Amino acid sequence: MSIKVSTRQVDGVTILDLSGRITLGEGSVTLRDTIRDLVAKGDKNILLNLGDVSYIDSSGIGELVSAYTSVKNAGGELKLLNLTKKVQDLLQITKLYTVFDVRDDETHAVGSFSR
Amino acid sequence: MPNTPTTRTTITLPSTLDTVDRVEQEAESFANRAGFSEDDISNIAMAVREAAVNAVIHGNSYSRDKEVTASFETNDDDLVIRISDQGPGFNEESIPDPLSPENILRGSGRGVFLMRAFMDEVHFRQLSPGTELTLIKHRIPAQDAA
Repeated sequence: MSIKVSTRQVDGVTILDLSGRITLGEGSVTLRDTIRDLVAKGDKNILLNLGDVSYIDSSGIGELVSAYTSVKNAGGELKLLNLTKKVQDLLQITKLYTVFDVRDDETHAVGSFSR
Repeated sequence: MPNTPTTRTTITLPSTLDTVDRVEQEAESFANRAGFSEDDISNIAMAVREAAVNAVIHGNSYSRDKEVTASFETNDDDLVIRISDQGPGFNEESIPDPLSPENILRGSGRGVFLMRAFMDEVHFRQLSPGTELTLIKHRIPAQDAA
């Protein structure tokens, strides 16, 4: 199973509800294309809801980092929401937990974006 | 988990992304049969997936003329998985540290790091041509064996 992405807008923040696996190939490409399209149309406040992401490999981690960088370079912010324990552990051992702004409450996460 | 008969399986596959999934699934199945915990099974499968990705992409460059060989062995002490490619070779010393500040935001380069994080031993061996990665997970934790 690869990744599924649903997009919604809440108070000026684009929330991507992701489910499935973010791995080398289709999963990583889907995430990359989605972020690229959002940045291209000027969406700069992006919240990735990873609550239903069961698995991320090193390519998926790289894709999250690339997404973070491309949104930041466009003058926006990308934050993470609802990490599973597995994904949280992965971000901790790769020291990326301190790079990303990680949230576990959607309302507070939406309110935390600077607008 | 003592006195387990040694079991081995070897598969040779093309250099495709399907191979990565197949090798990962085989590792998961072997780790499950060897009695590892759910967390360990997941970590072993991820480490092996990363090794297979290396073989398919960095080793064989998706070449139709090159194959990936994966062998899985369970003995009394260890789960041993070997993944080999037919690529130009690989210098493990050349791998940048993904945790260093200058590399932390790189979009790639974490595969070997994750293998080392999740397995007890990771060894590289140069073939001619190619590279073989050996990933080992001990079946009896040191604290239990003492």
